[in-house]
Amino acid sequence: MPLSNSTISKVPPLLAMAMRPLPLLPLQPPLALLLDSVRRRHPGIFERLGAHAGKRFGLRPTDLPFAFVLEPRLVRPRVLAVRHLPADLDVRVSGPLAGLVGLVSGELDGDALFFSRDLHVEGDIEALLALRNAIDDAQIDLVGEALSGLGPFKIPAERFVQNWLRPAAWN
Amino acid sequence: MRLTLGPVLFNWQPETWRDFYFRIADEAPVDSVVVGEVVCSKRAPFLAGHMPAVIERLVAGGKEVVLGSLVLVSLPRERRQMAELAEADGFLTEIEDLSCLAPYAGRPHAIGPFINVYNEATAAFLAGRGANRICLPPELPLGSIRTIAQSLPDTTIEVFAFGKVPLAISARCYHARIHKLTKDNCRFVCGQDPDGLPVRTLDGAGFLLINGVQTLSDTCANLAGDVDALRSAGVRALRLSPQTCDMVAVAKLFREVLDGRREGEDAVRALASVYPQTAFANGFLYGSPGAQFVRSMTLRSQ
Amino acid sequence: MELICPAGTPAALRVAVEAGADAVYCGFRDETNARNFPGLNFSREELRTAIAFAHSRKVKVLVAVNTFARAGALEIWHRAIDDAVDAGADALILADLGLLDYAARRHSGQRLHLSVQAAAANADAIRFYVETFGVRRVVLPRVLSITEIAAVIRDVACETEVFVFGGLCVMAEGRCSLSSYATGQSPNMQGVCSPASHVKYQESDGRLVSRLGDFTINVFGKDEAAAYPTLCKGRFSTTFGTGYTFEEPVSLDAATMLPGLRAAGVTALKIEGRQRSRAYIEGVVRAFRRTLTALDAGEPVERADLSAMTEGQTTTVGAYRKTWR
Repeated sequence: MPLSNSTISKVPPLLAMAMRPLPLLPLQPPLALLLDSVRRRHPGIFERLGAHAGKRFGLRPTDLPFAFVLEPRLVRPRVLAVRHLPADLDVRVSGPLAGLVGLVSGELDGDALFFSRDLHVEGDIEALLALRNAIDDAQIDLVGEALSGLGPFKIPAERFVQNWLRPAAWN
Repeated sequence: MRLTLGPVLFNWQPETWRDFYFRIADEAPVDSVVVGEVVCSKRAPFLAGHMPAVIERLVAGGKEVVLGSLVLVSLPRERRQMAELAEADGFLTEIEDLSCLAPYAGRPHAIGPFINVYNEATAAFLAGRGANRICLPPELPLGSIRTIAQSLPDTTIEVFAFGKVPLAISARCYHARIHKLTKDNCRFVCGQDPDGLPVRTLDGAGFLLINGVQTLSDTCANLAGDVDALRSAGVRALRLSPQTCDMVAVAKLFREVLDGRREGEDAVRALASVYPQTAFANGFLYGSPGAQFVRSMTLRSQ
Repeated sequence: MELICPAGTPAALRVAVEAGADAVYCGFRDETNARNFPGLNFSREELRTAIAFAHSRKVKVLVAVNTFARAGALEIWHRAIDDAVDAGADALILADLGLLDYAARRHSGQRLHLSVQAAAANADAIRFYVETFGVRRVVLPRVLSITEIAAVIRDVACETEVFVFGGLCVMAEGRCSLSSYATGQSPNMQGVCSPASHVKYQESDGRLVSRLGDFTINVFGKDEAAAYPTLCKGRFSTTFGTGYTFEEPVSLDAATMLPGLRAAGVTALKIEGRQRSRAYIEGVVRAFRRTLTALDAGEPVERADLSAMTEGQTTTVGAYRKTWR
């Protein structure tokens, strides 16, 4: 078996460390906006998710000091920023932020990230596949939609994205 | 219900193979016997010399002899063999690969468990072309078996009831691969494993068996406890697949269950001593993983 | 040679069309096709829209109804066939004798392709399907060498399609019950092999254990490329040691075989992977389109490095080279 050939860039540890003391609460409104915009623009996601829409997904960027809990329900979907993922999740996915974002935007192939050991998954794999397939079909411009919800933070956030989420390895 | 002895799937020594059938002919209470090398065409020449004597003895023992085709036909030599088989008169042929089917149009033949018959439409199509007996694929659940059997009352529907279950066939020979040989120069290493070569998981659990190009279950199908359910579904024959255990004893136990002289559950227990150190399974029948053994008593009460 | 590309979602279909597919194959969101995976496949409405889009770009759409119909529930499969024909599918990809019979009678003008799940591995089998049901193209099982493919093509009066990239069945397709043995669900019946619902991954100290149902399929060391727990590509042990008993978790990449396949007279090249993402489809389809263009122009065929897309991150030419056996 060959070694994995990871090409995903990571948020530098110093930058991640600098983010650690930041409060998570301010993340909540833009996250809610993002999810609401995804729900409005891509209703097909929920149909594809079927019964898996009721499940709870934990997403942990391994290079950031916080994680997200996603509940992609048709009625009042939620995404929460948390310091640590709770125990009662159906699925957990972890990997570098750039990998997770690339996955949602459709620029990276989830299977390939798993094969290369960039992505770590645990729990209900069927639910995870359903989510992956639903998102892949929706063609979400995650970065664009996220930035539009950031208001005054848009410019520094854009810079962060340019530097750390659009590595050359994607081309 | 009838009992059919399926073909020997493993590479047995030719004399062992011959003696096995001699004893079946003389002692086993089975109605039909499928003979012939169905798994690997390279093995067939070794058995060919004994074939006439085996057939003669089986016929003398009152058994109906059925000739089995190859499961996977690809080489020109194999196609020629199958064409010759189709010209052989006097015996019923059991088709194990659809490529053998065409020459049998309009004349009686049997369909083996390696042909994909999953529904009543396919069964009816085959019956319409002359199949008067169909042994269904082992992974079929009872509901499908019932639908097929009841929609074709004039066709004998048979179910794989005892033996390691054939699960897959490949162009690649796994025995050769494990012994680091090429398929063309395999030295017939599969002959070292007359009951299959066990394949275990990394934590040591029994899982599969290798038999040359064929992969079988590590568990042994055992539907002796499910005979009532099968009978009421309309199944008219059970197939016993030869293993190295005492197949005459196996046939006798199944016969007793079919004749109402022994409880199915009791036969399951008795079979455990005929074929010791073997896990039994019947999960396919109930839509469960095929490796599982589902107690038929609990099912009947459902 | 035509390039036949997979699409698990409408978005993937659009990507395949843009990336240079001559035809795209897909299926309905149910058990009637052999990629019945969660969140995948097309509703009736989506198929209509997708076909209209593909046709506007002169790309064909082939609809796979390639599982074996469940006894007592034929109408589900019949409806899939009727609806695909209604939606304007350029061909149906079928495997079940009963369904072939139905389609040939009910939709006599409809182009029928024989699915790889029918495992028609020699000229006699193919001739049977051509003569009985009027099948126009057969997807050859991944068990034949190029020499054998050429011989089959000389012997039969229909088009042939062969796999050139993606997941590789080690067993004869459509004749394998390994998955239902471990999970109760099989490609033939439910349209899934080694279904995600029965997969478990456990990771500790960098060691990744993959399980399917009650069985451990593989254990990966730290930094070792991982693989999905497909039964026939697991690591097992026998008295002769531990290893990949049946096949390594590799993928097929026959790009270097394209000149040989063309010389053999193959009509169409197929890429596997309806379950894969848009990123995969885009990358693989574009690479093969480039290779085909080069081949047609008489330029040397360069093989794109697609190994990062593949399981085990390594590729093989599989049975196309006879030593694979």
